[in-house]
Amino acid sequence: MNNFLAFTGPDLAFTDVLPLLIWLGTVCAVLLLGSLVPRWPRGTWAVVTAASSVAVVIQQLFKWRDIGREGTEAAFADVVSVDRFSVFGTIIVAVALGLVALVTHDHLTREGNDGPELYALFITAAMGAQIMLSANDLIVLFLGLETLSLSLYVLVASNRRREQSQEAGIKYFVLGGFASAFFLYGIALIYGASGSTNLTEIMGTFDTTFSIERADALLLVGIGLLLVGLAFKVSAVPFHVWTPDVYEGAPSPVTAFMASAGKVAAFTALLRVLATALERRVDDWRPVVWLLAVASVFVGSVLAVVQTNVKRMLAFSSVTHAGFILVGVEAAAHTGSNGMASSMTYLLLYTVLVIGSFTVVFVVAGKGDGATSLEDFRGLARRRPALALGFTALLLAQAGVPFTGGFVAKFGVIKSAVEARSYALAVAAMVAAVIGAFLYLRIMVSMWLEDPADDGSPAVPRLAGAVIVSTVAFTLFVGFFPGWLLDAAELISVYRVGAAG
Amino acid sequence: MLVSAAGAAAGHSASFPVLSALVLVPVLGSLLVALLSDRRPEWVKLSAVLSSVVTAGMSIWLLASFSTHEGGFQFVSRHDWVEAWGISWHLGVDGISLFLVVLTGILFPLVIVGIDPHHDEKRYLAWLLLLEAGVMGSFLSLDLFLFFIFFEIVLVPMYFLIGGWGYDKRVYAATKFFLYTMFGSAFMLVGIIATAALARRDIGYFTFDLVTIAEQSSFAVSTGRWLFLSFAVAFAVKVPLFPLHTWLPDAHTQAPTGGSVILAGVLLKLGTYGFLRFGLYLFPEAAVWAKPLFLTLATIGIIWGAVAATMQTDLKRLVAYSSVAHLGFIVLGTFAITSQSLTGSVAQMVNHGVSTGALFLLVGMIYERRHTRAIAELRGIQSVAPVFAAAFMVVMLSSIGVPGLNGFVGEFLVLIGSFETARWWTVVAASGVILAALYLLWAYQRVFHGEPDEANSTFREMTLREGALMLCFIGLIGFTGIYPKPMLERIEPSVDRLIEHVEKHSDHRAPEHASDHGKEEE
Repeated sequence: MNNFLAFTGPDLAFTDVLPLLIWLGTVCAVLLLGSLVPRWPRGTWAVVTAASSVAVVIQQLFKWRDIGREGTEAAFADVVSVDRFSVFGTIIVAVALGLVALVTHDHLTREGNDGPELYALFITAAMGAQIMLSANDLIVLFLGLETLSLSLYVLVASNRRREQSQEAGIKYFVLGGFASAFFLYGIALIYGASGSTNLTEIMGTFDTTFSIERADALLLVGIGLLLVGLAFKVSAVPFHVWTPDVYEGAPSPVTAFMASAGKVAAFTALLRVLATALERRVDDWRPVVWLLAVASVFVGSVLAVVQTNVKRMLAFSSVTHAGFILVGVEAAAHTGSNGMASSMTYLLLYTVLVIGSFTVVFVVAGKGDGATSLEDFRGLARRRPALALGFTALLLAQAGVPFTGGFVAKFGVIKSAVEARSYALAVAAMVAAVIGAFLYLRIMVSMWLEDPADDGSPAVPRLAGAVIVSTVAFTLFVGFFPGWLLDAAELISVYRVGAAG
Repeated sequence: MLVSAAGAAAGHSASFPVLSALVLVPVLGSLLVALLSDRRPEWVKLSAVLSSVVTAGMSIWLLASFSTHEGGFQFVSRHDWVEAWGISWHLGVDGISLFLVVLTGILFPLVIVGIDPHHDEKRYLAWLLLLEAGVMGSFLSLDLFLFFIFFEIVLVPMYFLIGGWGYDKRVYAATKFFLYTMFGSAFMLVGIIATAALARRDIGYFTFDLVTIAEQSSFAVSTGRWLFLSFAVAFAVKVPLFPLHTWLPDAHTQAPTGGSVILAGVLLKLGTYGFLRFGLYLFPEAAVWAKPLFLTLATIGIIWGAVAATMQTDLKRLVAYSSVAHLGFIVLGTFAITSQSLTGSVAQMVNHGVSTGALFLLVGMIYERRHTRAIAELRGIQSVAPVFAAAFMVVMLSSIGVPGLNGFVGEFLVLIGSFETARWWTVVAASGVILAALYLLWAYQRVFHGEPDEANSTFREMTLREGALMLCFIGLIGFTGIYPKPMLERIEPSVDRLIEHVEKHSDHRAPEHASDHGKEEE
């Protein structure tokens, strides 16, 4: 019969995955055109990548408004959630991608390279991150995780003239493979316990807080393995051991991307899984998150202090920051707290801070990307006062000094922890922050109070300079006027079956 | 918008927001200084001097138009800042903070005009003005969050001032200062948030407003005590109270002269002021409960500081330890909680700022001339520089607390007032007055008496600029010493108000707190 003509496609809301489509199109275009026409003007790829990010941000802002009118939903047979949580996360990832693309241009220029490959990989990684943060199904979540991770493995090892880069790539690949395996096994066990991989359906199977007849051992081990996989990605202690080596070895723009977009994806996935699927098992996972948070803030800040390489210092400080965000996650476990909003605010502000910081490191590191020891920062204030000033602002923000975005972020998570009555956790985090402050002081002392080892002043490429200026400006702006961001974060909600609004 | 009870009581709603200007003018001055070119040092200096002098002028105007017999907050200015977190830009001044604000306003231009940093003057001045803004903000804030950020922001310029313009071990001292204070603040931040979160139950909405929380909420006994302790740690580090005082001698000794003057003059007062404004006002029950602990620590501090000062071989370190002792008196007066002792504490905060600031200035001048602060290497200066020695003598006597000079007023009131409610602590503390005479006179004898040896025989007499600077300090010392009434009558109403608040919320009774004071106010 006329079946062929009567065929109607499945009713898919493609606008719900528009960010993915935009980025997918950009990747194809960049790779195709790059191989067809060998000589493009310098900077084309960076501009195209940044433009795709801007397009995504604009599209997501409209989405933000629409969700306010139409409420949250799930698309594509309930595997993609459409909610402000994913919109907020997508915007962070897009911002990270755009900023990193600009720095990557300067990186390639300095190393005497050009070409679309790195940009394509960055965009693919961003797609993976976007899938992770909007996935409403564990399998889809895993797909996103792998897309992100595989791109990152290659990106980390992308500097072929530098041995540490190769080494870091291998380390990250092997350990990351383990983590993915843990994660996948966790999914399998949770499926075994609940009979579904869909987050909202899993939530539905736990109709009571206590249920002893169910296969609880399966579920508990599943939750544990899932947490291991995600804790590895956010580099929470004790799953952080890869962080310093990989951060140090990877090219600086890649490090910036891993520390920002990579963390955002893993944390949003963690929050979504814990807050929806495992919401009613909060008593099972909350103590684990508590321990991870305390261990991360302390181990991160103590180990950061004894490093002599700025990249490694920032790597350990990123472990501390992961601990702080976990404080917010822990607070989100308590009803009536705004732990989720504060964690997301932290992620946004931290993304901006960490990209700015690693861009400064990138500038100072010079050709070959190798000069990142504390010695290389000595007397930077004499050689490059503006650069030193910008880095100081970023470091003070990371330390959580008032009137910076970092303070707003820290204050937010501590506030939600205190409101959730996790006093011990709040105090522990603050004490660790003091230990961590010593690290930032060390870098500042080196820059301002010590004499330069040599007279060479690092050249500041234009785009990298623009990135530093804009991150510093944003940090200070939020420090003085945090209201709009906090109001927006308050509106973040996660898609749940039967949940209103 | 909500108008707090105390805010309404203070009839002033000045058309010109003088308190905001006190904070913002130094900030603008700092930015201006930072943006001016290095090649025009005279413009840099001029704009720094101008902005600090304008601030000083405003603070003196504030003093003049402060209505004397009112205990509540005056010149209140209040705007919402971060509504999502219940934070507002809420500034106000009462008798307790008034003189600290004025002291800050006066001290900074004197330091800026009178002391040369020797290098990188532009950055030095920019940090100094930023510091002034932070200190002003801390004294004026009536919002817990606002207070905290000013309290924290003060660390940054001070860190760079010590680290950038100090002496040999400056980086060590600056880092120690930063980390000690930040450690204390870590507890306070959690305490502040917890206070606001718990007070929400009584108030009905989330706010960090000091007056609203203090007047409208009451904490359960044990909760209040925990919260009080979390604040107390931060203030105890800042004061500094024994045994958390070890950062002070290092910071003082290594800081540049200007930094030391500011540190001793106003920065340490953030701690003692904090005990009064936040400790006693927010958690009266807990403060009364913790009384024995803090009286004991204060008394140990007085004796310990004095004994340690006696043993010092470095003149600047000696003055630093004398600060530990003097601040012990302030804390003693604070926790004795009588009208006289509290008034004495506030007066002593200001007077200590003036006299110890002046002492650090003089020690700085000695170092400029001799490039040493070792007492053993100084001798017989009196015979070559009699005016210098005379100035040192006056300032030193004020620090000892000789009647007729400003140091006597505060110390005497503290001891008299504390004797009623904390008898034995006061008896022990009083011996600290004698020890002060011992170590300072002994130091004076070693440095100024005797025959000058070769190195000291060329000791330069005080220059005109230095003389003018010292004259300002000595004028303040003499005026307050002879005629303290204008100061005390502005402090007392606010102190009585605070005591009334404490008595209402605890079983503490200030014995000499005459009821007619209360009636006067009603």
